[in-house]
Amino acid sequence: MTVREIKDYLEADLLYGEDLLDSEVHTACGSDMMSDVLAFVKNQAVLLTGLMNPQAIRTAEMMDMTCIVFVRGKEPNETVIDLAREKGICVLKTRHPMFAACGILYSHGLRGGHEQ
Amino acid sequence: MTLNFVVPGDDFTRAGEASGAVKQKMKQLGFPSDVIRKVSIALYEGEINMVIHAGGGQVDVEISQDAIDLVLTDHGPGIADIEQAMQDGFSTAPDHVRDLGFGAGMGLPNMKKYSDEFHLESEVGVGTTVRMRIYNH
Ligand SMILES: Nc1ncnc2c1ncn2[C@@H]1O[C@H](COP(=O)(O)OP(=O)(O)OP(=O)(O)O)[C@@H](O)[C@H]1O
Ligand SMILES: [Mg+2]
Repeated sequence: MTVREIKDYLEADLLYGEDLLDSEVHTACGSDMMSDVLAFVKNQAVLLTGLMNPQAIRTAEMMDMTCIVFVRGKEPNETVIDLAREKGICVLKTRHPMFAACGILYSHGLRGGHEQ
Repeated sequence: MTLNFVVPGDDFTRAGEASGAVKQKMKQLGFPSDVIRKVSIALYEGEINMVIHAGGGQVDVEISQDAIDLVLTDHGPGIADIEQAMQDGFSTAPDHVRDLGFGAGMGLPNMKKYSDEFHLESEVGVGTTVRMRIYNH
């Protein structure tokens, strides 16, 4: 799946990362707890989260993720977007809540990455 | 190569600047991505700990071809029971920290997991020093 497809499936807005839309991603994770992402996530390329602070971007950075999706329609502030730009991480925003957003992507074939 | 950073204790949004900078440097130097990942995560967890538990601190990084040494020093409250602090899920983080996405009690175990050598020294009322070494393979 490409980031562009994620954007389409989630009817998401692109907040940063036009040039990353064609990146291929195979796995994702969803969490509001960055502690858990840092401890349990392996090679997932997409992070879905309701956490709207710069540490969500930094966590994605440390985990070498391609894209972060903010769920529940909340708007991250400029600091968050600026940091994503600096780190080269694509940022999407969807109105869907976490469970639905994950379900939509799963139903289109995106996986958690723990199944293999 | 030596890199030094001050981790400000009053600005949560800046926690991670040191790990971001070290990551960037290691990329430039051509280290393998899995080694970079280990260093980034271990250092990032340490930075977050210094900000949320110790009011900030200092990070000293020594990058050589064979290994990366990370030393995190703070003058916070210290850790009374290190064995307990090292357990998965043990956390004294208050609720407002959990609202920031941290405080699952996974940081120290994760730092140990991602480093090849891990030493934690702490004295109550004096501060905490974490030393980690990650080998380049
Ligand atoms: N630098 C420090 N100074 C004082 N206490 C610390 C320090 N680092 C860790 N601790 C203590 O050890 C506990 C466990 O730390 P650990 O990093 O494993 O979990 P956490 O920081 O509470 O949550 P998480 O890391 O999952 O966000 C902390 O809750 C805190 O009580
Ligand atoms: Mg921690």
